[in-house]
Amino acid sequence: MQTFLQIIANGLMLGGLFAIIAVGLTLIFGIVKVVNFAHGEFLMVGMYLTYLLTTGIGVHPYATAAAVVPILFVFGAVTQRLLIQPLMHARDEHIQIFATVGLSTALMNLALLIFGADIANTPNHGLRSQIHLGPVRILEGQLWIFLAAILLVTGLQLFLARTNTGRAIRATAQNRAAARLMGINDRFIYVLTFGIGAACVGFGSALIAPLYPTSPTIGTYFVLIAFVIVVLGGLGSIPGAFFGALIIGLVDALSGFYIGSDLREAVVFGIFLVILILKPSGLFGTRVSQSHVSP
Amino acid sequence: MLEVRNVDAGYGSTVILQDVSLRVEEGEVVTIVGANGAGKTTTLRTVSGLVTPKTGGVFFEGEEISKLQPHDVVDRGITLIPEGRQLFPDMSVRENLLMGAHRRDARGVRSETLEEVLGLFPRLGERLDQHASSLSGGEQQMVAIARGMMARPRLLMFDEPSLGLAPIIVEQVFDVISKVAASGMTVLIVEQNVWHTLKAADRGYVLENGEMVLDDAADALIENDHVRQAYLGI
Ligand SMILES: Nc1ncnc2c1ncn2[C@@H]1O[C@H](COP(=O)(O)OP(=O)(O)OP(=O)(O)O)[C@@H](O)[C@H]1O
Ligand SMILES: [Mg+2]
Repeated sequence: MQTFLQIIANGLMLGGLFAIIAVGLTLIFGIVKVVNFAHGEFLMVGMYLTYLLTTGIGVHPYATAAAVVPILFVFGAVTQRLLIQPLMHARDEHIQIFATVGLSTALMNLALLIFGADIANTPNHGLRSQIHLGPVRILEGQLWIFLAAILLVTGLQLFLARTNTGRAIRATAQNRAAARLMGINDRFIYVLTFGIGAACVGFGSALIAPLYPTSPTIGTYFVLIAFVIVVLGGLGSIPGAFFGALIIGLVDALSGFYIGSDLREAVVFGIFLVILILKPSGLFGTRVSQSHVSP
Repeated sequence: MLEVRNVDAGYGSTVILQDVSLRVEEGEVVTIVGANGAGKTTTLRTVSGLVTPKTGGVFFEGEEISKLQPHDVVDRGITLIPEGRQLFPDMSVRENLLMGAHRRDARGVRSETLEEVLGLFPRLGERLDQHASSLSGGEQQMVAIARGMMARPRLLMFDEPSLGLAPIIVEQVFDVISKVAASGMTVLIVEQNVWHTLKAADRGYVLENGEMVLDDAADALIENDHVRQAYLGI
């Protein structure tokens, strides 16, 4: 029983981490309608920034979020403005996919060039110390990630539902032509949304870097799982991404223990294929654009 | 107030409008009459900035607006209520109406505007928290018109507001348009329901195959033989 609870706790903590990565991905997909294959590299860039700031000026890794979040926002906004937007008129969506895959490869190679293939360990300032929660033990840093994921998902939902800008973002996703007729600058909305999506993963980077070694390929590992989660939760659904992440986290932890840690990924991707075949719209019907709260 | 001057416009390399000119003066109700595919929607889209003229220009209160983005045209005070309603389906009626007031000049006074607009559309007041997609076709058209008015435009353009509606609802739509016009709003309207529209309008233009072939006072157009034959079926 004790072991089982511990595995559940590990799964939930892992789920929180996945959620914080997947939220930005699903936001960009739901609003801009672009599959950002460079999302994992955005995470990698954010983690290196956290690493550099933490080792360079000796601040707590969480404090670096104050810089990493705005930097990643600009990075995402510029990606949309300079890479995706010029391709929006190319009627073939595949071109945008090639563009984000290209960006992903370019960033990975740039990181290899600058940092080499060795891993970079961000000082963890005690975040790897264990804390006891009832019968289970988890890392302090994991708990913060989990809480931050809840905060991020809730904050984003409120922003989309209740603010003028959030409403304009949803309107653009639901009917772009009509949004333009309301006086909404659709291109600005896309640039803003891409920026927010990237800022979300920047926020995640500052939390994840102290627990995981940073390497040029770290993004690939996480983003594949994030894609599974986004599909599981329903493309574009923020609550879906959160609960999808918890499910995948639990599946990962349970299959790692009961089936074997070599087969964890096989189980996760097996589930991915089953969802694609049985319920391609994902477990949660609601899209980002559908979240609706009266003011 | 609005002047379209010798405009050629279309989609890609296809030219739809040829040498189209029209004027709308402040406070007027002006209609464009034409067969399916004549280019009426294209004309309104050109004024809105969704289509850019190849030659010629669109001027609003003396300033050229034909090179502006659609959202800048809206900011200047021109709102188009598009063909086919184009609501935000997954938003409530209230949110749809609030989106109408996105324009800078309208946002600050949107609560007051909402009160006023709901005065014209009492039924919408009972439906504020329903999803737009759950309304009937007539109610959706009312939301589209109300949403357009939420922008507090100086010029309001209607594209086929009665399309696909039952006769009794058509009456209601025209009733609302007459009230809007009576309030002093400048209106440019495109309608398949030519008789109704000419009755409500001050002046009209006849567009055929992308060219303006006639323009006159609305009551003169009703008496015009060509108009009677081609558009009124008399
Ligand atoms: N997006 C588009 N791309 C290419 N051609 C278009 C497009 N929209 C309209 N057209 C063409 O332009 C011509 C004029 O269309 P438009 O919609 O302006 O006509 P309309 O007078 O509004 O007709 P209706 O009464 O059917 O609404 C038509 O031949 C139409 O096929
Ligand atoms: Mg039309």
